[in-house]
Amino acid sequence: MKYTKDNLRDLEAKAKNIRRLIIRMIAKAGSGHPGGSLSSTDLITALFFSVLRHDPKNPKWPERDRFHMSKGHCCPLWYALLSATGYFPEDKLFTLRQLGSLLQGHPDRRTPGIESASGSLGQGLSVALGISLAARIDKKGYRVYVLMGDGEIQEGNIWEAAMAGAHYKCDNLCAILDYNGFQIDGKTCNVMSLEPIVDKWRSFGWHTIEINGHNMEEILSAYEEAGAVKGKPSIIIAHTIKGKGVSFMENICDFHGRAPTQEESQQALKELA
Amino acid sequence: MAEQLFQRDVYGQTLVELGRDNKDIVVLDADLSSSTRTNLFAKEFPGRFFNFGVAEQNMMATAAGLASCGKTVFLSTFAIFASGRAWDQVRNSICYNNFNVKIVATHAGISVGPDGASHQALEDLALMRVIPNMNIIVPCDGPQTADAIRVAANTKGPFYIRLGRPKVPTLTSKNVFEFGKAQVLTEGNDLTIIACGIMVNQAMLAVENLAKKGIKVRLINLHTLRPIDAETIINAASQTRGIIVCEEHTIIGGLASSIDEVVSENHPTKVIRMGIKNRFGQSGDPSELLKEYNLTSLDIENSAQELLR
Repeated sequence: MKYTKDNLRDLEAKAKNIRRLIIRMIAKAGSGHPGGSLSSTDLITALFFSVLRHDPKNPKWPERDRFHMSKGHCCPLWYALLSATGYFPEDKLFTLRQLGSLLQGHPDRRTPGIESASGSLGQGLSVALGISLAARIDKKGYRVYVLMGDGEIQEGNIWEAAMAGAHYKCDNLCAILDYNGFQIDGKTCNVMSLEPIVDKWRSFGWHTIEINGHNMEEILSAYEEAGAVKGKPSIIIAHTIKGKGVSFMENICDFHGRAPTQEESQQALKELA
Repeated sequence: MAEQLFQRDVYGQTLVELGRDNKDIVVLDADLSSSTRTNLFAKEFPGRFFNFGVAEQNMMATAAGLASCGKTVFLSTFAIFASGRAWDQVRNSICYNNFNVKIVATHAGISVGPDGASHQALEDLALMRVIPNMNIIVPCDGPQTADAIRVAANTKGPFYIRLGRPKVPTLTSKNVFEFGKAQVLTEGNDLTIIACGIMVNQAMLAVENLAKKGIKVRLINLHTLRPIDAETIINAASQTRGIIVCEEHTIIGGLASSIDEVVSENHPTKVIRMGIKNRFGQSGDPSELLKEYNLTSLDIENSAQELLR
């Protein structure tokens, strides 16, 4: 075992805390997207606390690794992590989606730590590709990570970027696919099937790593493996559960884009205690 | 005979000159680099040029990523693809972020010629003009193209610069161009003609003929659509008997609409809109097409007579 039990337990505890913040933020806002925020929580919590080289006190540090959330509707997760790592105080989280807030309904550059907006799906892999190419031009060693949703990769722009990432051999680029199997209208296999998903990315020239996206050890190993790949970009295809951590949200499509009621929120926080 | 230049040749050469001093300039294209002339930059600075193949959406959003790291990105393709094919990427990834991405769109308008309607962008100015943060320049000739490219390189924020396919006569001199300040080419108080791009030349010919008939025209080259020079337009509206607007673009949403918006709010006056009227383009020689779509200097003269009647 490469990671100590303490490391893993610590990350799991942090992820639970992030999930609590997500529930509280969305409940307070009265709208938002809990399902996909919760399914990606373990993946991105591990990234922010154990992988990403960044300095919240010096957000423009030129050597910093970059993270971009292409599936912008899951920004409550991003905001919770930015706050938890020190980009802004926690009380700001509870202004989510309010008029004049630093925290818009979808990511915006006004938020400390966010360098590019998102929300219209399918564009973030290209944005990450641009960051990757900038590192090459500037001969910098930073890496760029981008989180995508599974429904999102139905967008044609994703496959244009997939082709280009392999063509330009962007080995400093790591995509993370939150494969929770659901999109707004139902199961992805019914709405627009993505399978065979691993073969698709492999055939586009990517190094693929398939994991359980809720297992911290597998998550950390995947980032490490991606970091060692030379000559091609990597994608971590993470099998996840939509709404993970809250029993009545798990695999329930309705919670893709619905806020919990006060009662539901209390119940969810109890489960995440 | 005036000197004739391809605007896109001037563009390519200017990029190379800028690229020598400014190492942050990066250039992108989508399989049209020999037509848009970004291939000149590619040859000189291969490490700062990326071809994305026939994939404009990816090119636009990748430009945003590069710009987020401090790069000044110039990117090119035909106007029809630059404005329409990847509009959402231009809006959400470039303009919403207010990034330093300069879209230099070539082969705009009916003057594309024989390729026909699918390749003749007649709506691009309308599409780009409605997006907040976007700056828009339509240079009328070679020297103005060089100046516009330099201004875009040195001005923060996104730009859309519209160039044509054919050679155009040189009408202006270098370093006269002022970003956001309309160029008054002839003085006169009988009526005003406002044009942009290749229509400036047609308007100039019309103005010369009208002068022979004793009609003094104020000819304005409105090269910058955004930010618009409202003062010059209001002066024209108040000091002359009416305005004729000439553009190689639909009369909806482009230069004509820009003028309408300024005069209707500030000094209502008669405006005749000369452009493409609810039609697609078609194949033909650029000069034949100007005739077909009533955009020749003779058509402009007729409109002037009508306005003064």
